[in-house]
Amino acid sequence: MAEVEETLKRIQGQKGVQGIIIVNSEGIPVKTTLDNSSTVQYAGLIHQLVMKARSTVRDIDPQNDLTFLRIRSKKNEIMIAPDKDYFLIVIQNPSD
Amino acid sequence: MEIVHVYTKLRRELGRQCLFSDRPAELLLDLLPDPSLGLEFIPKNPRDQAQGMDCDMSVHQVNTERFHTNSCGINHVEGGWPKEVNPEEIEQTIRFRKKVEKNESYISSILQLSSVMEHCIRQNNAVDIYQEYLEDEEEVEGSQESPSAKTINVFRDPNEVKRSINGLSWHPDSGRKLAAAYSCLEFQKPSKDMSLDSYIWDIENPDRPEMTLKPTSPLICLNYNPKDPHILVAGGFNGQIAYWDTRRGSQPVEISSVEQSHRDPVYKIVWLQSKTGTAAFSASTDGQILWWDVRKLSQPTERLVLDLGREGDLNRALGAISLEFESTMPTKFMVGTEQGVVVSCIRKAKTPAEKIVCTYEGHHGPIYALQRNPFFPKNFLTVGDWTARIWSEDIKESSIMWTKYQSSFLTDACWSPVRPSVFFTVKSDGVLDVWDILLKQNSPTLSLQVCDQALNSLCVQDNGRLVACGSQQGEATLLDICSGLSTLQKNEKNLLSAMFEHETKREKILETRQREILLKERSRSEQGKEEEEGGQEEGEETPEELIVRAENDFSSMGGMEQRRRTEEDG
Repeated sequence: MAEVEETLKRIQGQKGVQGIIIVNSEGIPVKTTLDNSSTVQYAGLIHQLVMKARSTVRDIDPQNDLTFLRIRSKKNEIMIAPDKDYFLIVIQNPSD
Repeated sequence: MEIVHVYTKLRRELGRQCLFSDRPAELLLDLLPDPSLGLEFIPKNPRDQAQGMDCDMSVHQVNTERFHTNSCGINHVEGGWPKEVNPEEIEQTIRFRKKVEKNESYISSILQLSSVMEHCIRQNNAVDIYQEYLEDEEEVEGSQESPSAKTINVFRDPNEVKRSINGLSWHPDSGRKLAAAYSCLEFQKPSKDMSLDSYIWDIENPDRPEMTLKPTSPLICLNYNPKDPHILVAGGFNGQIAYWDTRRGSQPVEISSVEQSHRDPVYKIVWLQSKTGTAAFSASTDGQILWWDVRKLSQPTERLVLDLGREGDLNRALGAISLEFESTMPTKFMVGTEQGVVVSCIRKAKTPAEKIVCTYEGHHGPIYALQRNPFFPKNFLTVGDWTARIWSEDIKESSIMWTKYQSSFLTDACWSPVRPSVFFTVKSDGVLDVWDILLKQNSPTLSLQVCDQALNSLCVQDNGRLVACGSQQGEATLLDICSGLSTLQKNEKNLLSAMFEHETKREKILETRQREILLKERSRSEQGKEEEEGGQEEGEETPEELIVRAENDFSSMGGMEQRRRTEEDG
């Protein structure tokens, strides 16, 4: 429990990290550092995207599975680490 | 005839069980054919009777009711909370969250995920993996693609008797309309049935001209007014000038009077820059240049006779074939003549004699086209006989650049309005040449066989991409030039101005050298004359003596030159 907190604090302290969201398999944000409305928006949209990405990877090769998803946009980068039950979403603004 | 079989059954036997039994066949009735009955019928031979073996089918059309679909997005608002948790209640949600956090699997999976995540975050911070390298290198575009041009459309003369297109003019605003002047310039060729009309074409519709212009005599040249796109002025075969307003219909609004117009076909008519925007001037082979105000075409406003002796003598005047006027230099204009001389004139001079400023000689035949370079107005292009020449205003002896003699003679040319070093020429074998003098001076950059007949006229649209050429059989071909030849290249203006300066300097040097030689020659011959005894008047020498003198001079000069060379070598 405490390790989780510590880990999350460490991630939050990294350069450029704007926010962290932990979402469970039903789309409920369990832990977040952003405000509620953005959290809910991210949670819902990214959940769908991860499902789609995962199914794509598995359709191409059933033995394969999605391990990490990175979305680079003009303003920032959204990194998603999916797991069986939970997702960890980090929004980072890369240097420069 | 009724066939009836009667049998009786006793009433008390009705309803009794049937007792079937066998019995031999019994002939009940024998009907024999009666030939007499056949007389009542008429045999019909042959007889058509259709037979069909397929089943009857019917065709129906069915239209299902339209299913309306609508695309819209869904905004996810609140997560999938389990049934017992009410999303509105903050306490419940907090409690739920805390419960999840205490879950074992949660802790382990988060720890594992975060290690992966941290790796990526650090990666991002270390190096920007999406950094743009080689951003400053510009794309190598267009310069490597070979020059090309595509024919987009061909507009054919709708009449039976085909006339050649001698003049073309683009609509100034949109460039979607092209006016073409149709006439037959060959001596005594035009037949009585030949139509006099000229047409305005919409480039999207090659089947029918958009508008017909009905003059009194076939038009040789025509021009849209650059200030007012509805007005066109045109010069006809019989020397008259007419002007049209496209809003008013096919008949000309006004025609100049026959007595006051040219005596020969009007070869070129150009709009001038004036406050009213109604001034134009025209040139013809009768040796006159006439200025007109289109509001009053009964009389020209001014007249100039192209007599180089400056006496206004029509008999000695040069016939004018092309005119040049550039609105950036409104005080000057130039005339290209049948005799191969370009005459440069100023508009406002005290006497008509002073209008002619200077001449440029160089062509062997009529100068069919004359145009200043839109970017370098001091240089102009002329086309005549088998060459195209580029001149600089300051050098009057000869052109600064010229093409080599082509296989057929050139009939028209113009500069590209977007690229200063590109010009187009059309030849009498139906070839359109695109010359890029920065790239190649010896031969055209692009040479296209547009049609089998001779091409008589050429007009480039203001965007530099569309080129219209008119042929002898009345076909106007519209071509699209590739972007490499119609977009301004980097540094082009500087390079071209350097080239022009270089060539101009070369010619100037040659000119001064020539003058020096002449001067030396003259001074020597004057000295020689002083020494002579007797009263031989200057300038009065018989041809033989002239030849002898020339030979002597030549050999003495050759000897001098040789002596000088041997001195240098020695």
